[in-house]
Amino acid sequence: MGDLLVGKRILVTGVLTDASIAFHVARLAQEEGAEVVLTGFGRLSLVNRIAGRLPKPAPVIELDVTNQEHLDALADNVRQHVDGIDGVVHSIAFGPQDALGGNFLNTTYEDVSTAVQVSAFSLKSLTMAALPLKPEDGSLSVVGLDFDAQVAWPGYDWMGVAKAGLEATSRYLAKYLGEQNVRVNLVSAGPVKTMAARSIPGFDQFEGVWNEKAPLGWDLNDPEPAARGVVGLLSDWFPKTTGEVVHVDGGLHAMGA
Amino acid sequence: MASQEEILEGLANIVNEIAGTDVEDVQLDKSFTEDLDIDSLSMVEVVVAAEEQFDVKIPDDDVKGLRTVGDAVDYILKAQG
Repeated sequence: MGDLLVGKRILVTGVLTDASIAFHVARLAQEEGAEVVLTGFGRLSLVNRIAGRLPKPAPVIELDVTNQEHLDALADNVRQHVDGIDGVVHSIAFGPQDALGGNFLNTTYEDVSTAVQVSAFSLKSLTMAALPLKPEDGSLSVVGLDFDAQVAWPGYDWMGVAKAGLEATSRYLAKYLGEQNVRVNLVSAGPVKTMAARSIPGFDQFEGVWNEKAPLGWDLNDPEPAARGVVGLLSDWFPKTTGEVVHVDGGLHAMGA
Repeated sequence: MASQEEILEGLANIVNEIAGTDVEDVQLDKSFTEDLDIDSLSMVEVVVAAEEQFDVKIPDDDVKGLRTVGDAVDYILKAQG
């Protein structure tokens, strides 16, 4: 238990199971003193069950980031639980099956646009939906979860393109919202075995790459390092950092071979 | 500790709550995916609910091995012990 986030109210999206990186962000945020509100998509009964495993109770609000009505209602729904929001965690991505797994050259634009809308454009949608909750004289820290889009990965395909879009979206949000004291950053995490990872064909290949190349080593079963990175960016200890991608990947991104 | 019958009854109620399957249809020889219409996310929820009800831990890697209701009952029986 620490006090990194004492007094802060954090909105966390993307909790699905207790393996979710977002679950560990929510857990650590509570342990560091924050009040946490979760959003869930689709399986709200599952999200509610998982919320029960957090150290403290956390309300769950339904949010489909592609549903404008949900986005419009978000601020009011959050206000039923807390007066405002000091941090937002974006842990949302989806790619239709045809957009992953080596089908890159044949994926339809429809599938590509779904991947980009849910995984990249949603950072803008979520941030703007949460903006009315920012304290008038305070700041807002938005942190998204990324998978390094500077290079091509086996099978990640159009999700990689969507993540490149996410990285660019975060930079433009940083540009346009800086004057309102909103910081927007990403944590580019190494691979973690979550429900989302199960849907990535060839995910197992990453294990070997990380074992071989990450100078600090990497454990695919440990979501905590990525979650700690997110909590750090939500805290007051990166007050002048925005538009940044912090790699929490055991150092792999910096290695040539 | 729950008996085999109690675990089966508990699982049947869980599956009913999550997937709407009739309690009587949840039998030891039934496959979660093929007979009971449980998709991968519903299975996650069944596992979470079962973990809580029977105070056991079922790691992700073991969930793959739980093809039938009987597999799950046996697993929970052993995990309790």
